[in-house]
Amino acid sequence: MAALVLWPLLVLAEFRPGVLLDPANLRVMRDFLGAFFPPALQPDFIALLARATVETLAIATAGTAIAMLIAMPLAFVVSDALSVSRIGPGPGRVAGGAVRAAARLMTAGLRSIPEVVWALLLVRAFGLGPAAGVLAIGVTYGGMLGKVYAEILESGDTRPARSLLEAGSGRLAAFSYGLLPGAAQELASYTIYRWECGVRAAVVMGLVGAGGLGQLLDQSIKMLNGGEVATTLAVFLLLVFIADALSAALRKLLA
Amino acid sequence: MTAQAKGWLATVAAFAVVWASFRYLSIDPGQLFNAESGRQLADYASRFFPPETSAAYLREIGRGAVETLAVSALGTLLAMAAGLALALPASGRFGAISRLAVRLVLNFLRSVPELVWGALMVLAAGLGPFAGTLALALHTSGVLGRLFAEALENAPPEPARALSAAGSPSGLAFLYGTFPVVMPQLIAYSLYRWEMNVRMATVLGFVGAGGLGQMLYYELSLLREPQACTVIIAMLALVILIDAASAWARRRL
Repeated sequence: MAALVLWPLLVLAEFRPGVLLDPANLRVMRDFLGAFFPPALQPDFIALLARATVETLAIATAGTAIAMLIAMPLAFVVSDALSVSRIGPGPGRVAGGAVRAAARLMTAGLRSIPEVVWALLLVRAFGLGPAAGVLAIGVTYGGMLGKVYAEILESGDTRPARSLLEAGSGRLAAFSYGLLPGAAQELASYTIYRWECGVRAAVVMGLVGAGGLGQLLDQSIKMLNGGEVATTLAVFLLLVFIADALSAALRKLLA
Repeated sequence: MTAQAKGWLATVAAFAVVWASFRYLSIDPGQLFNAESGRQLADYASRFFPPETSAAYLREIGRGAVETLAVSALGTLLAMAAGLALALPASGRFGAISRLAVRLVLNFLRSVPELVWGALMVLAAGLGPFAGTLALALHTSGVLGRLFAEALENAPPEPARALSAAGSPSGLAFLYGTFPVVMPQLIAYSLYRWEMNVRMATVLGFVGAGGLGQMLYYELSLLREPQACTVIIAMLALVILIDAASAWARRRL
């Protein structure tokens, strides 16, 4: 039974461990891995690497900022905590429900396509470089943040906003005075966490040409320059580690 | 400093960092969202519709989807085996030194993203699904190895200890005393990872590792946008299908 399932899998995945031992592949790999040591440390490459590292951080930061801009109005519309029609039947009930459903569908649509796919598409539209990466993070994380923001707004104490709405205040006022003070810290904390994920995503998106460390890594791999790959990988691991620590420290400061 | 002043300071700092980022990338946010670039994007997007739906192409899509599934399933299976093999020393079964060393290896495997492994494996195994399988297996071994090790460490020691005390060799004590206790957890972790790996397998093809991703990459390079649109729809459908299937399976287990 197991063999019956496994066999087609092996065929479909072109599972041929033999190719790993193929002399030609083996030679390429040996030369490539052999070149990992020593890692590339030439001053001009280090300068390039430093620029790419800052670029990766900037892509994550700018992308997260755009994601916030997309997410805030979406969450404001989607969140049930600000629903006037939940208080009781009124004239705008059907229209309100329709707008809410449309916004919810939009958050789902934005985040259902992975950021790498967005990046690949946007690289074709905007050309190689960081702009595609920034927008890809902005779009995907905009959808994610929109959903999570709405959930955070609903999970807190919604009574102040509710009383404001019932007393006749507008949605925006009810949001700013009734919901935001209680939820601001959690909203900020989650946004910082997403930034941390954005750093990792920015590197991965670089592999399809969206700038930063990933693009540098892709070029080094394609040129079979093992030394450069080794240095870039090390910097990448260090960057992710630092972003993790920074995000944890910032969130602790918020708590 | 009052809490309010701290809040303002943080807001100003955040704005400064965001502004500096845009400046560094020389991206003008206004230019990104003006009417001209909006029209350009809309123009580009309109080329994707209607999606290609000829029977011959749909057959090709089906083949790509099955290949993606095979890559994810086989990658996860390999990772389960490797993860378990690494989890034994990582749970401290063979001493503290091997525990530390293997944990370091697991951390490394896990920290390198799947797509980076993919780009490297394409060099080792050539273009195609086998490279994708290896890439998934390497990254997932790191993840599952750690999870398995934690499951083993948290497993109640009594059954295995009782078997050892009764004189059974340590291998058998593990097989009959510890393994059955942690097995449901290992399977649950693996199923969950498989679900994520299906998602990952669809994009691994961007670096040449087979499946739907590779198809999308080709179609976009050949400027065949309607075909690319079909591939994207197939990717979404595949992920939704697997999510539903795995939710169903989880309820059954």
